[in-house]
Formats: sequence, C-alpha cells, structure tokens
Amino acid sequence: MQEAGLIQLSSKGLYCAEGDFFIDPWYPAGKAIITHGHSDHARIGQSAYLAHPTTCSVMKHRLGEVNTQALNYEQELMINGVGVTLFPAGHIPGSAQVRIRKGKETWVVSGDYKCHADGLSEPYVPVTCNHFISECTFGLPVFHWQPQGEVLASINQWWQQNAVQGLQSVIFAYALGKAQRILNGLDPSIGKIFGHGAVIAMNQTLHAAGVNLAACQAINQASKEDLKGAIIIAPPAASGTPWLNKFEPYRTAFASGWMAMRGSRRWQAADRGFVLSDHADWKELNHAVESSGAENIYLTHGYKAAFAKYLQSKGKRAFELDTLFEGESLNHSSEKELEANV
Amino acid sequence: MSNWVTLFEAIEASNKTSDKVKALLAFFEIAEEEDKLWLIAIFTGRKPKKPITATEMRQWSAEAAGVEQWLFEECYSVVGDVSETIALLLQTKSSNQPINYSLSQLMHELIRIGKLPVAEKKEVLQNLWLSLDKGSCFLFNKMMTGGFRIGVSQQLLVQALATHLKVTVPQIAHRIMGNWSPLTHQFQELLLNPNSNADASKPYPFYLAYPLEINPEELGDVTQWQIEYKWDGIRCQLIKRNNQVYLWSRGEELISDNFPDLIAAAMVLPNGTVLDGELMAWEHNAALPFALLQKRITRHKPSKKMIADCPCAILIYDLLECNGIDFRTQELYIRRSKLAELIGNELPLLHLSPTLHLKDWTDVAKARLESRNLRAEGLMLKSAQSPYQSGRKRGDWWKWKVDPYQIDAVLVYAQKGHGRRANFYTDYTFAVWHQQKLVTFTKAYSGLTDKEIEMVDQFVKKNTLEKFGPVRTVKPELVFEIGFEGIQESARHKSGVALRFPRILKWRTDKKVEDANTLDELKRLL
Ligand SMILES: [Zn+2]
Ligand SMILES: [Zn+2]
Repeated sequence: MQEAGLIQLSSKGLYCAEGDFFIDPWYPAGKAIITHGHSDHARIGQSAYLAHPTTCSVMKHRLGEVNTQALNYEQELMINGVGVTLFPAGHIPGSAQVRIRKGKETWVVSGDYKCHADGLSEPYVPVTCNHFISECTFGLPVFHWQPQGEVLASINQWWQQNAVQGLQSVIFAYALGKAQRILNGLDPSIGKIFGHGAVIAMNQTLHAAGVNLAACQAINQASKEDLKGAIIIAPPAASGTPWLNKFEPYRTAFASGWMAMRGSRRWQAADRGFVLSDHADWKELNHAVESSGAENIYLTHGYKAAFAKYLQSKGKRAFELDTLFEGESLNHSSEKELEANV
Repeated sequence: MSNWVTLFEAIEASNKTSDKVKALLAFFEIAEEEDKLWLIAIFTGRKPKKPITATEMRQWSAEAAGVEQWLFEECYSVVGDVSETIALLLQTKSSNQPINYSLSQLMHELIRIGKLPVAEKKEVLQNLWLSLDKGSCFLFNKMMTGGFRIGVSQQLLVQALATHLKVTVPQIAHRIMGNWSPLTHQFQELLLNPNSNADASKPYPFYLAYPLEINPEELGDVTQWQIEYKWDGIRCQLIKRNNQVYLWSRGEELISDNFPDLIAAAMVLPNGTVLDGELMAWEHNAALPFALLQKRITRHKPSKKMIADCPCAILIYDLLECNGIDFRTQELYIRRSKLAELIGNELPLLHLSPTLHLKDWTDVAKARLESRNLRAEGLMLKSAQSPYQSGRKRGDWWKWKVDPYQIDAVLVYAQKGHGRRANFYTDYTFAVWHQQKLVTFTKAYSGLTDKEIEMVDQFVKKNTLEKFGPVRTVKPELVFEIGFEGIQESARHKSGVALRFPRILKWRTDKKVEDANTLDELKRLL
C-alpha cells in the first residue's frame, strides 16, 4: 500500500491515522467504522463503532451492548478533519462502502458488495475515488451469477417437488442476508415457511430496523402437522446436526456462490446446491473497479493474486492486501447462532 | 434440454439411490435405442478415442473463452476439473440458442472431430463448444477426456436396465461385459438376443466381498468356510475359449498383451474354461512387491528382460466356466475341487491359491496377523456353499484385512486445496525423526473433519516459517497418525521409502513433536 497514504494496513486492520479510526479491524483496536454486520467484519472489542443504523442494530444483536453511533448513507461526517461517508454496498441490509477523503485524496473501502439489486439490500452505487479497496471473493472468470429471479424460481420448484413427494425442504443459508433474501423470494402458496432460531432472531432484528420481510414462523412453534411439505431456512452450522431429525423425511440444499463448482456441491453433502451469492461475480467486480475510476486498486478476500494480475494486465495499478476477511462462508457461522435456538 | 443432459443433472441433483434409478428408468423409457447403447457404453468405459490432447483442449478453450492461458490455469487450479473449468468459462460466451444434441449425435460428432486435420479440428471444436449450454458443455468435455464418473455405479445402471428390460440383474451384468461398442453392436442384439458364441472373450461379472463387520465367531462353524489369503495384486479373469486366451482385469480391461508369458502358460487349459484369480508379481512361490506388477501392467508387449525382471503369476481361486458350461451356480466346494483337478500343482505361472485349514477362529485370527509376512493383506472368508454371485454382496464372502500400517508424523509443509477448499490449507506433507532432524516422507490428504481442517488452516496461517510459491513451511508442532497400505524402498524420496495409499487417520493432539516416530521405525515396516 502506498507510503503515507490516508489509509494504512496495520496489524489490526485498515487504519486511518489522520482520523484515528480503523475500518473493520479484526482485533480490538479502538474506534472502528464497520461496513456490515457479518462476523469477519464486525468484531468484538472495539471502543466505539460507527456504522449504518441497520448494521448498528445487527451488532447489538450479535455482539451485545456495544457503543455504536449510526450514520445514514450519503451523509458526510467529519472525524478529525477527515470526511467519512457511507454508500450502499448492495451486499446485505445496511451494508456500506466507506468513502474517506481529505484534500485531493479519496479512498473507498468496499467491504463486501454486489452490484445487482436483490430487492432486499439497499442497491449498490458506484463511488468514484483515487484508491479503491475492493473485495474479490469470486475474482475469477468462472464465476457468473444467473439472474436472481431464475435462482429463486428453481428454489421454489425444488421445494414444490419435495412437497409433492411428501418431503420437507431444509435450505441452508447464512442467517444474515442470504436467509432473508431467500425468504422474500419463496412462494408462500407452496407451503409453510419456517426459520431456525438464529434466522428468526435475525429477522426480528432486521424487521425492527425497518427491513421489509415476508412472514416466517419460528420452527419451535411448529407441530408435526404444520411441518408437512414445509420449507425450513437454517444457518449452515445446522447442517449435519441432530436438530434436523425432527424434519424427517427431508431434503437439503445449500445456497451459496460456491455452489457454482461441483466440487463444493459434493463437499457440502447436500442434496442440492443453488448458486446464490451476496458477493460480486467476475463481471460485477470488473464493473466496480472500472466505475470507481481509481488509479490504485487494493484487493481483499478470495482470489486476490489472480485478480490483481488480471487488472495489471489491463494496465491498472493493482495490489493484494493480506487481510483476515473470510469471504463468503459456508460453515463459519458462529456457535452462538446455533445456540440461539435449537 | 436433451434427455441425456436431463438424466445427468437429475443424477447429480440427488444423492439418493432411488432418485438416480428413477432418472435412469425415465431416460430408458423415452430414449432412442442408439442413445441408450451409448449411455451404457459411456458408463462402462467404452468411450470414443480422445480426439485432442489435454494441452490442445486447454489452449483452444481458453482462446474460445477469451482468457489468457495463465488465467485459465488459475481457474483450473480452483475448480479442479478441466471439463468444468471450460464449461464455466464459456457460459457467458455461448450461443443464446444452444443446440440440443442427442447423445449419439454428440458421440458421432466426437468421433468425426477425432478424424479431422488439426487446423480444422480446432475450429470445429470451438464452434461446437459455443453451441452447447453449460450443462452439456461440461458433460461433453467429460466424455471427451475420459475419467467420466458421475454418481452412478455400474451396478445401479445394471439394476435399472434389468428393470427396464425385464431381464435378471446377473444376465444384464454379463451381457454388457466384453468386447463391444455402439459402432459394432445394436441395442437389441447386445441386451435382448445375445448369441453366446458372438464374443469368445466375454468375461463374467466379478463377485466382490464386503469387509468383515462382525466378530468372525459369529460366522459359525469354521469348517464351513473356505479360508484363503487376501492377495495384494490385481483381480483378474482368465478365459480360454476357441483356442484363444484372454486376460481381463477387474477394471474390465483386456490386458492379454501385457502378459504374453501368462497367456502362453494358459494355452494348455481346455477350451471353455474361465478362472478367477489374483494377478501377482511372483517368484519362487512367494509374492514380490506390488511395484513390480505396476511396471508390467503399464507395459504393452513387454520385452524378455522386462518379463524376467518383473516375473508375474496368477493365483487362481475360482472356476466360473468349466467345459463351456456356466459353473457359477455350483457351490464353492464343488467349484474348488473341480478347479484343483484342472490346475493341480503342475502348471507353471498358474497356481492354485492355497486354502488354510484351521481348527478354530482363534487360529484364523492368528493367520490373519501373520498374512503380512507373505505380502498378503489379510484373509478371505468364503462360505463353502456359496454360489459365485455378481457385484458386491454381503453374507457369503468377507474380506478380513489386516489393519493398515500406522505411524505418527509431524506436519511440516502445507499447501492450499482445490475448489471449495481453495482458501484452506488442506494438502499436507509429513516428516519423521532422523538423527535429530525431521525428514519428510509422505504427503497425505483427507481424514480430517471440516472443523479440524479449519483449525489446522488457522495454525498454518499463524505459524508459517517460510513460503515457497504456494507451499508454506510450518512450525513443527502438530502430530498426526498416518495410515498406509504398504511401504517400499524408493530412491526418489529423501526418506528412502515410498508409501501406498497414505492417509490421515487422526490428529494426535495428545502427542508432542518429540513423540513422533523415527525413520528407523518406519523402515522396520519394510
Ligand atoms: Zn459479508
Ligand atoms: Zn467479508
């Protein structure tokens, strides 16, 4: 990363010395701006958190009583003479790209993002800057997402087929973001919709923060009769656990960008894999880099080396950053989520 | 979508056997006979010759996808499968109106491409790729490259065919063996009106044993069981019909050309004889290392020197056809006595695999432990009354293997895995102690739970000493129990030994680095 730039990579994460704050630090660091509520970005132990109001609610739900300050999208806040603005990242509700500027220098930290609208998250907007710190979880040309409508239609079709055969459907999706995206796309005329305790708790948090969600009942209130032909949305951590026994006979599915590869579909040992990601695919990443207009691109998450080399071959100044972000996760969901309700 | 693509996607979409059989039956109901025949051919490894080289395939597809070669290779290293990489890369380039080829059309296309001059080949193949949708592109590539394994065992295919044609399972299994191809045979003649003289080389389906899951005492009277060594060679079938000898491996490969010595030795057998046995590297009544056999199995038409350096023999344990009559329904003790009559002790290179006459199961257990001294992997327990069945069946035949070798070793290098595991360090190299130093001796994969993989991955990231390219040297701290099936001397390895089928058995969190085994201890297993 450039010497003496506005943002530096410290051992605790991305740091702005002039403003004296971190962005998504991975160790207890001090004042932190948080891009979104996923556990590899919003971590415990910071003295103060600044984030979008929805993300503040999510952090209180996940991390307990933390000192948060809310900042709406597209309102500039001055911190020690540095301008800080959040822009929608389209990743999950409340997710933000952070623009940091002082004088002629403008940085954007993308956090996690995707460019197509999912009907749930505030849609991504391109932000121009000189320095763009972009994730690239799916930074290879093999990743290409089908339109969301097609994926949701095939999930409904799968559910319908199961229901007709007298089977319950269990779909595994990350409790924050993916679960709600699927929920809002399910066709309630097929059957009843239930959520794992972790999903229900997250739904309540998001609903209270003003996010529109379709109806979803808590699974612990379901009778045997209710469950017939129902779909259950559960976090990936619930896969392969005895919690599933009460849904017999059932079929399972995973919804994740990784499902684009047969290898990961098999590894997950689910009956079906649906390719549905909250991250940008190859085309979207290139589009975001292009529309940022940045002279310098720094890459986090995923296939950094390959994407950096590709951008360099197109004449861009691109660098890899060694961070501890995890990208799209299938089984990193915290233990806590499981404990939330069994 | 073409019916065969629907079939493969249905097979992939479920891991339930019943769904797969249902999908196969649905295909058999609607498909043309030629398409069905091609499907059987593909499932049983009878694919057209590969029309292009692996390099051509990668270069031409990268070109068609508009990505540079290095980026193609990056993608491949993540996806872990060339066919799939190509299908994923081409998905945004393909035509909006893909062509729905039938399976036989596509196979004929494949054969046609194979005969074209190189320059034309490339253009025709690139156009064909772009005319396919993602699903058929992947499957087409799989058929082109071989290694086609998609979630259905041959046994399952046979079951579905048997149901579809209302013929018994063993009959179908037998009919689809041997020398045939959709170019030379019709569906009807192969499966419904087989003429038994049509193919003198046709082998019988092998009968396979399950691992013993119970206490052998529960098998009852020991004298009712035929006890043999479980040889560590290659299962084979030796056929003499119409004055010709054929040698088949269990992989349904005709390997006669690799073993002219054995073929010559078998010429003395009467016509209409089919024997089941184990192909072994063998000399002076004793087994030689498996590596010698491996050399022979890869060599067509071996030289005299090769034959002398790697002497082989067949240890015969069963008689499937006698005087041209299918003998498989006879009970084992009858087949065995007929076999002993036929082979005796006289034939060179064709030996009767010995049976062990033991007074009780305690002695059997002892013999099992001692079997390794003979380079056997344990014992076979076969009910004296058993017919020769087809496929893997429980009840009459059991294999009672000796436990694999084990050694405690230290993790010293780690490398990232493929596919979903591309972000995890999953490929490990292990070392044992030698003169106060750690010497690497094997790589091993798998055997750990997802949780353990994550923990090891974290450890690797935090304890990296050095990086060379993709490989990280890690602080020697973690100890694992490595299991393997065999060990032999090897000049190519720094440790001087090479293992067969090494795998991680357990993470020994209870052991310290100092507790790992030494190279000398490892060599004692030689
Ligand atoms: Zn995220
Ligand atoms: Zn992330």
